Amino acid sequence: METSRVIHAIYTDDDVLMAAVKKVKAERYHIEEIYTPFPVHGLDKAMGLAPTRLAITAFIYGCIGLIVATLMMNFIMIEDWPQDIGGKPSFSYLENMPAFVPIMFELTVFFAAHLMVITFYLRSKIWPFKKAENPDPRTTDDHFLMEIPVTGDEKKLQDLLFETGAVEVNLVNNTH
Amino acid sequence: MYTFSSRLKIASIALMVIGALGIGFGFMSSHKSFQDVETMLSNETAHGGGHALETNAHVVAGDTNHTDNAHDANAHEALSSVEHKVDEHKEHVEHVQHQIANRPWSAIYVAAFFFMMIALGVLAFYALQYASQAGWSPLLLRVMEGITAYLLPGALIVLLIAALSHYIGHNNIFIWMDPEMVNPESDKFDKLIAGKQGWLNVPMFLLRGLIFIGGWSLYRYFSRKFSIAQDQADDNKNFKKNFRISAAFLVFFIYTESIMSWDWIMSVDPHWFSTLFGWYVLSGMLVCGITVIALITIYLKSKGLLPHVNDSHIHDLAKYMFGFSIFWAYLWFSQFMLIWYSNIPEEVTYFVTRIEDYNLPFFGMLILNFIFPILLLMNSEYKRIPWFVVMTGLVILGGHYIDVFNMIMPATVGDRWFIGIPEICSMLFFTGLFLFIVFTALSKAPLTQKRNPYIKESENFHY
Repeated sequence: METSRVIHAIYTDDDVLMAAVKKVKAERYHIEEIYTPFPVHGLDKAMGLAPTRLAITAFIYGCIGLIVATLMMNFIMIEDWPQDIGGKPSFSYLENMPAFVPIMFELTVFFAAHLMVITFYLRSKIWPFKKAENPDPRTTDDHFLMEIPVTGDEKKLQDLLFETGAVEVNLVNNTH
Repeated sequence: MYTFSSRLKIASIALMVIGALGIGFGFMSSHKSFQDVETMLSNETAHGGGHALETNAHVVAGDTNHTDNAHDANAHEALSSVEHKVDEHKEHVEHVQHQIANRPWSAIYVAAFFFMMIALGVLAFYALQYASQAGWSPLLLRVMEGITAYLLPGALIVLLIAALSHYIGHNNIFIWMDPEMVNPESDKFDKLIAGKQGWLNVPMFLLRGLIFIGGWSLYRYFSRKFSIAQDQADDNKNFKKNFRISAAFLVFFIYTESIMSWDWIMSVDPHWFSTLFGWYVLSGMLVCGITVIALITIYLKSKGLLPHVNDSHIHDLAKYMFGFSIFWAYLWFSQFMLIWYSNIPEEVTYFVTRIEDYNLPFFGMLILNFIFPILLLMNSEYKRIPWFVVMTGLVILGGHYIDVFNMIMPATVGDRWFIGIPEICSMLFFTGLFLFIVFTALSKAPLTQKRNPYIKESENFHY
């Protein structure tokens, strides 16, 4: 584990935090991470984070679900054992399709929803018994924390952070 | 203030003139004598091979059409006895003659209803914006008011065409308007239609129609009045009045819209009924209405007349187009699948005629109204691109024209349908009329409300 030093700047207001992020970005400092108790609208844009591609994966998963449903029912109902059940036409998939649509729809939604959630867990590295990565418990309640790695003049950075309205600026040894 | 550009005015008048000429041509060329139809049919059989085949096919078609029950019974008897062959032939020719005569009536009715339903859909959406106190849409309310100006003339025209088809035509659209149908002495007597006589009779039909139109137009009149009064007012009294009458209108609307769809559309097939028909028509109405709001907003914005409308507003409209397209498909499928699955003869004939005689329009509209919008408007970036929304909007409008076409035509012209001069020219005529009335109304008031309490929120709307 590498040991580096980071600065934790703590804010108590999301508007102040937003202004601080813009200022720190303008001074060309790299923001490692920001911890907030709730979603702050527009924070990702201010930090310059890339947009999520989760929706695209969901679309692909949905398509997979649709294909699974179609292949499954085509095999079971049409190819493997095409029985006459109540006079429904089991001669081809298309002829009996209206009866299959509810399942096709549900499996599309099922695959899209569940696989997207699992993708989200994997990408954000969340699972049960995972050790919480929380630098300060107050950030889950009413404080906002900005983490900046210390590279050059740490005094200058600390002054800048106080200037942006930080209520507390701590220099800590980071161990992750 | 918007001024109706002279180019658009000339274009809309030209559309009306061309359309009117085509409609006139449609009516003139649909009057075929018995001999004409007989020759036409024998020419067709010469191509199709075998008169017997043609006759059988006709009996099946007559059976599924359910436009004339008495005729069906005769046709069945005719099959078993040779001496009725002549009668059967005569009936077949007369049947086809009627279908040909019905075509221009239905074409103009479909087009008139299509544009009326756009205006009505917009009015419902407009009332929703007030009743839900939406913060994003006040910038678009004047555009909606402009579109709903078409409702009164448009709805009266629909009712007028229905009435004229009875009084000067030969009941070309609504078969139940024929008094012979409910006369037990007549050989045209139809027991099922006679049983529905209490609801389906011409005076009541017209009275109901006038009540619906009166209610909708009154709401539209007062809402517009309060909306303009609010611009000059120094309190929010007019806005509150608008909120109240909008909520009341929505209640009135959902009842009258259901009944209107039974009267004006479902009764073309008087032997058939469906419980979710009213909502099905409503969903199509809302999609078309929202699409037209988007198209006109994009047009006015491209002229620089709606400076505060940003791509988030377009995005929201496109989301509604997307959502209501799926809602439409949901209702379409629910109606189709329930009837297909249980396959009860008295209900399923409706879809049998449509699948047999209207295969391409019936399934084609699913692609236009569902597959296209769902794929094109899925991506949220695309929903912000005006030309993309316009292209998708045109596909949706085309698809919903075919939807109305599929609801009316199979009952009136049966397998004698075609999208030719009567249909296209009816659409051109009503497009011209619609544009003329809507853009005239848009030029009557400023394009942005001034003192709507939510206008500031709408101007800063950002998604």
